[in-house]
Amino acid sequence: MSAKKSADPVLELKDVGKSFGNVVALRDVSLAVYPGQVTCVLGDNGAGKSTLIKILSGVHKASEGDFLISGQKTEFNSPRDAMAKGIATVFQDLATVPLMSVWRNFFLGNEPKKWWKPLGILDTKFAKETAKTELLNMGIDLRDTNQPIGTLSGGERQAVAIARAVYFGANVLILDEPTSALGVRQSGIVLKYILAARERGVAVIFITHNPHHAFLVGDHFYLLNRGRMTASFVREKVQLDELIQAMAGGAELDTLTHEISIIRQD
Amino acid sequence: MTAIKADERIQRVSVITKALRRPELGALIGALVIFTVFAIVDTTGQFAQLQGAAGWTKFAAPIGIVSIFVALLMIAGEFDLSSGVMVGSAGLLMGNLISEVGMGVWPALLTTLVFAAIVGLANGYLVIKTGLPSFIVTLATFFVLKGINLAVTKLLTGTVRVDGVDTGEGFDSARSWFATKIEIGGASFQVSVLWWIGFTILATWVLTRTTFGNWIFAAGGDANAARNAGVPVARTKITLFVLTSVAAALVGSMTLLELRGMQAGQGVGQEFYYIIAAAVGGTLLTGGAGSAIGASIGAAIMGFAAIGIPYALWDQDWVSTFLGVILFLAVLVNTWLSVQAKGARK
Repeated sequence: MSAKKSADPVLELKDVGKSFGNVVALRDVSLAVYPGQVTCVLGDNGAGKSTLIKILSGVHKASEGDFLISGQKTEFNSPRDAMAKGIATVFQDLATVPLMSVWRNFFLGNEPKKWWKPLGILDTKFAKETAKTELLNMGIDLRDTNQPIGTLSGGERQAVAIARAVYFGANVLILDEPTSALGVRQSGIVLKYILAARERGVAVIFITHNPHHAFLVGDHFYLLNRGRMTASFVREKVQLDELIQAMAGGAELDTLTHEISIIRQD
Repeated sequence: MTAIKADERIQRVSVITKALRRPELGALIGALVIFTVFAIVDTTGQFAQLQGAAGWTKFAAPIGIVSIFVALLMIAGEFDLSSGVMVGSAGLLMGNLISEVGMGVWPALLTTLVFAAIVGLANGYLVIKTGLPSFIVTLATFFVLKGINLAVTKLLTGTVRVDGVDTGEGFDSARSWFATKIEIGGASFQVSVLWWIGFTILATWVLTRTTFGNWIFAAGGDANAARNAGVPVARTKITLFVLTSVAAALVGSMTLLELRGMQAGQGVGQEFYYIIAAAVGGTLLTGGAGSAIGASIGAAIMGFAAIGIPYALWDQDWVSTFLGVILFLAVLVNTWLSVQAKGARK
């Protein structure tokens, strides 16, 4: 599992905090992300996951603490800055334009041009072929890249967004709840592509509230609760049960299970 | 890179299904049917001839030129209700610059186009900055311009009409570009037809073959996703507002040069013709899909009706009713076709 583990983290947060006015959304969050590994950030609703994503992707600036990329202290002013540093974010439902074809979506915002570049003439042949082969490399075998992406399933759409980020040189890929709106099978598909990206040496940050999904693909697990990092595990030293327990706050889940079992007895 | 081989899992997409996927197909079929009907009920024997073509293109070309850009703007998810009145504003401004200020025709034309670009810029900027629907912002622009057209024309000329444009310097050379006639086989076509065809080809190419075209579809399809992918959505929309406004001004200038004058009420109500042409041509009112050719076909259908109804000796008062029914049927058929063509996933 740790064959590809390199000594240095590609991205690191040290004691990062974020407050909006007098509301503290995140406090003392530290995490390290390694290339070729899947780092899972687990948290229930309101744990601070969204705020963390927004800091990582350059939407928000941290109020305190350090943000390091390859050991260098960095500050992002916009998502464009983050992209320029190879940090790509795939937002849950905001990644693709449904009515546009798969290849147009694949190159959206990074269109390949031919002849005199400022004219912005699309190299459609290159775009179609590249989209098809790149998707194939990620194990996404599409019938026709001309079809509107809205005709694909939710899982396939996420997969295209992941393949796109990988193709455009992302070395850190942030996935915002990629499986939360998907069924079991579709979730499986997305998890498969997460591993495909990992195999290609990408550092994947997988943000989710589903410990089952995280456990299937994760190398590192960080638990967020009420804006704080409450626990961290590595794959070799944790069981699924522990993860679930830690996430739900142990004792609370026991109480809940007990209460439910009483109701069921009626 | 390996060559893309035919994939055996693709059910051979029949030529028909492929054609059904084109947004302009419904309009094309409709246009053929309507053309045939008018050719049959025609009492002059000219409708399907070159003379007839010269007649309906004269009506359709000015509508078509603006409709193309209105369609692009609608694909990007915005409306411009001020596009009709802009035809009048541009003609009146250019006319007043020539007859009241004494400007040459060419400088007046240039000034008019710059004015239109500024109005378009204002429309776009206000829509983006305020976040208000473009329907409201451009409706406001519509009424502001409509009032100015009447008030300023009355103030300057004392009437509701601008005249004396043909005395301006360079009138003949400008007219030879924008308002002359071309003889083809004994029928005289307006030169505006060439502009119309030219813009149709140019807009189609921009839409399907350039980066900007990609951005237009993305901005209207899902502005958030487009922004996340790095598409300059605001810039794309503002550019289209400017282009629409300038296209309307160009048509206004053409009309002025052709008629040698202009009424203060010119163009008001035309904005609906543009939107109808775009919608009939398969452009989605919600944005994200459509075509420039479709808008031109939509404009052609209006030309058929405008000429075909009097040729059939029917009462011309029914033209609007006819267009209303066509609009409804066309959008109904287009919607049905696009559902069929997408082959809803099982």
